[in-house]
Amino acid sequence: MDSESQRWIERLRPGNRDRDAAIAELRELLLRAARFEVRRRCDRLSQIRGGDQEDLAQQSAGDAMVAILGKLDDFRGQSKFTTWAYKFALYEAAATIRKRAWQGRELPLEAEQWPQVPDPGPAPHGEVEMNDLLAAIREEIETSLTPRQRQVLVALALNEVPIDVLAERLDTTRGALYKVLHDARKRLRAALAERGMILDEQMEVSE
Amino acid sequence: MTRENRLIGRLLGPAGPELSCERCFEELDRYVQLELSGADADAAIPGLRAHLQGCSACAEDHESLRALLSEQGS
Repeated sequence: MDSESQRWIERLRPGNRDRDAAIAELRELLLRAARFEVRRRCDRLSQIRGGDQEDLAQQSAGDAMVAILGKLDDFRGQSKFTTWAYKFALYEAAATIRKRAWQGRELPLEAEQWPQVPDPGPAPHGEVEMNDLLAAIREEIETSLTPRQRQVLVALALNEVPIDVLAERLDTTRGALYKVLHDARKRLRAALAERGMILDEQMEVSE
Repeated sequence: MTRENRLIGRLLGPAGPELSCERCFEELDRYVQLELSGADADAAIPGLRAHLQGCSACAEDHESLRALLSEQGS
């Protein structure tokens, strides 16, 4: 662990005479990160105005502070302490904004948004045609997945509901929902392989 | 990449092994520092890149931490 990070950890420990000053400094850092994230995201969200943005940043910085002080023992010094701390503020701000953006909206949990794909013509030998693949995925979602897997996959992957928004509505965690999504995807891939479908690299990358 | 490609990517997720959301969060600060220092972050933390391809929320967290540190010149 670098000496600066070590000093942060020592100063933040209960009983340290410099703790109040360290907490005030950390709060400034977290607020800077939270404001950075709120500004980035709210550029795309017209419904969150200036005063609300500052409230969201303050709330996110406060939540991040609570998380950090409860997890000081988890800091292993594999990055700078400030980098480690920033990720909590960014995480809290991003999750808070996603939830705010979906506040009061009904979550689309049913498969209603399947795209209509024009026939692109024959695919190269051995590759799966887009229409066939989408049709197969659609069928396998209905027949191969459990109801829970279907609900989570459709909401997250098809309807693009943010994962922390869905987690809050279903009273679970982001990690638990991702596990369901991961298992659903694995099952779908296995079902497609059983059909003899060879997936083209281009179809596998989401970003 | 077309809209349909992106949809299929979201439905099927990454092909290889990937970290969970919890492990991704634990390792994200180290991963980004390695990336920004020019080190091979993917070799140091296998499975994190695949998770970022499969989880849009963690991908956004990654993008934000990179952007914040880059802005500060860390």
